[in-house]
Amino acid sequence: MRLLNRSAGRLSRHRRGPVAGLVVLLLGLLLTGGLYAAVSPSSSASSAEDDQALVKQGRELFLVGCAFCHGQNAEGQTDVNGKLIGPSLVGVGAAAVNFQVGTGRMPLAAPGQQGPAKPQTYSDDEISALAAYVASLAPGPAIPTEADYSTDGMTDAERQEAVVRGGQIFLTNCTACHNFTGAGGAMPRGGYAPSILNTSPRHIYEAMLTGPGPMDVFSNGNLSPDEKRDVIAYIQTMREQPSFGGFSLGNMGPVSEGLFAWLVGLGTCVAFAIWIAAHTTRSSKKKESQA
Amino acid sequence: MSADTSHDTGHDTGHLPINAATDALLPDPGLAEHQWRPTDVDARAEKRAERQVATLFGLSAVATVLFVVFYITLKTGTDGHTFIGLGASNVALGTTLGLALLLIGLGVIQWARKLMGDHEISEQRHPAASSEEDRTATLAALNAGLEESGIGRRPLVRNSLLGSVALLAAPAVVMLRDLGPLPNQVVGEYPGAGLHHTIWAKGTRVVRDVVGTPIKASDIEIGDLFNAEPDGLFDLEGAELQIAKSKAAIVMLRMDPDDIISDVTRNWSVQGIVAYSKICTHVGCPISLNERTTHHLLCPCHQSTFDLADSGRVVFGPAGRHLPQLPLGVDDEGYLIALSDFLEPVGPSFWERNTKSPSEVAKELKS
Repeated sequence: MRLLNRSAGRLSRHRRGPVAGLVVLLLGLLLTGGLYAAVSPSSSASSAEDDQALVKQGRELFLVGCAFCHGQNAEGQTDVNGKLIGPSLVGVGAAAVNFQVGTGRMPLAAPGQQGPAKPQTYSDDEISALAAYVASLAPGPAIPTEADYSTDGMTDAERQEAVVRGGQIFLTNCTACHNFTGAGGAMPRGGYAPSILNTSPRHIYEAMLTGPGPMDVFSNGNLSPDEKRDVIAYIQTMREQPSFGGFSLGNMGPVSEGLFAWLVGLGTCVAFAIWIAAHTTRSSKKKESQA
Repeated sequence: MSADTSHDTGHDTGHLPINAATDALLPDPGLAEHQWRPTDVDARAEKRAERQVATLFGLSAVATVLFVVFYITLKTGTDGHTFIGLGASNVALGTTLGLALLLIGLGVIQWARKLMGDHEISEQRHPAASSEEDRTATLAALNAGLEESGIGRRPLVRNSLLGSVALLAAPAVVMLRDLGPLPNQVVGEYPGAGLHHTIWAKGTRVVRDVVGTPIKASDIEIGDLFNAEPDGLFDLEGAELQIAKSKAAIVMLRMDPDDIISDVTRNWSVQGIVAYSKICTHVGCPISLNERTTHHLLCPCHQSTFDLADSGRVVFGPAGRHLPQLPLGVDDEGYLIALSDFLEPVGPSFWERNTKSPSEVAKELKS
């Protein structure tokens, strides 16, 4: 029973060991320090410095590559006739930069109706710096993380449901311009809605969030983040669908299909007709009875 | 026109007089001597052609058998067999059946060209019209019939016949008319009945299409576009749902309030949020092809374009009327609501529909 009643043989049950106070103090300090290290953002001071450096690097890149059209402070520029050269980037957010530069649309090679997607000019690090600089100008949509659009960690039934819901949202909101197959289509005055079948999920998310070019915005108040994720899940299933109807001819509808029917279909018929009506080989010999 | 004008002098008449002296120097050479085909004169070539034709027919039979085999073996559906990204069953069935038919055709043509009788035929053309005697006889018979029937002499018979035949249109009109009520007869039978009304009403909340959630004005950013419906639409079922949805669908977007041109549009907007009927006024296609930068809404069917900053004015295309705007407001909880139904019929034109300018329509709301 001595183990359970340690004060039994002492002079007073209120007397403590001589080092007890010191031990309690040390324990308290350790606990506080440990908790602070675990809970507080790690090395916050140096991270803020990193951000500052990133913004500075982004500004330098911006002045060299973007300021010519967008202005030295990203305020946007118009020519002497009031025609817009480059829009203001204040408040467009990091997502817009990551989309425009990440899909190669910016920097624009030449002014025109619409910047085409092309291999990206800037490295991923440089894009982060540019995004940090533009995001530092005014609050705007941030770059979505993989957790925003990934369907990993869902059960098969949940994923199925997400794809179905995403499909309905896609067919209601996106098909008018991007075609019900996602192959894109023509827009007024030489513009076009691009194909979205080979666009990365993050860039699709950013496009909905920021509305690049003449596209409408589908902000989080419009389509919730879950609904955006569902739409992206649906677009990904469209990529994997085999084309049961045969060659899609670009899914452009009557233009490409009509061209194929007229040139290839009718052309083959004409070639057959010519073959049928063509002169057959003739011989210079006479039939034996006549010879 | 007599039959003998066509042959020897036909096309030359009036141009070149026949010169008997020189024409006599060019006698009619007649047909060239017939040249036989190799298959006619060479027994081996004939055999070879026979084998070619039989081979084509045989290959067709093989393709038909393959068609049946592929039909049974290849799996279809979303997890079926694929062939270079295409549904394997479709490709295989189409190819084999196409080949089977094509090879029979090729075989028959090859047969006809190489082996069937090789006659050269020259055919003299003759006039297509009947002979003069036939025509006279036919006209005489027709006139005799008219004369005997007395249709010219007995107007009572003729007119009563015409009347009874004309009246035969009545059953068709009566039956077609009775297919359903006229749009103005159904008004009031159920909410939003008829061509002049939709189920939008004062205080109806605007909800997102598909998901059906109400929309707070504060959630909308400049540039946002919604495909929206009236609250309560998704409670309907069947034909009633389809009829209500086909008239009540709207597009709603928020633009910079300074971009709005027309006073009517500004009065019916909430902080730059405007809502328009989604049904094109040309032939009724649903439109949501919007250009954020210009606020132009384009109909994909015939390229009618409407300016949403300016009362839905037609800026391009065949549409004859502006796009009806839905007056918007906000309820106590901050959700967007309609201030009334559309003040003019949505969708394509019809006989009884009046054309009014947006400002005339706006005056009606006030009164």
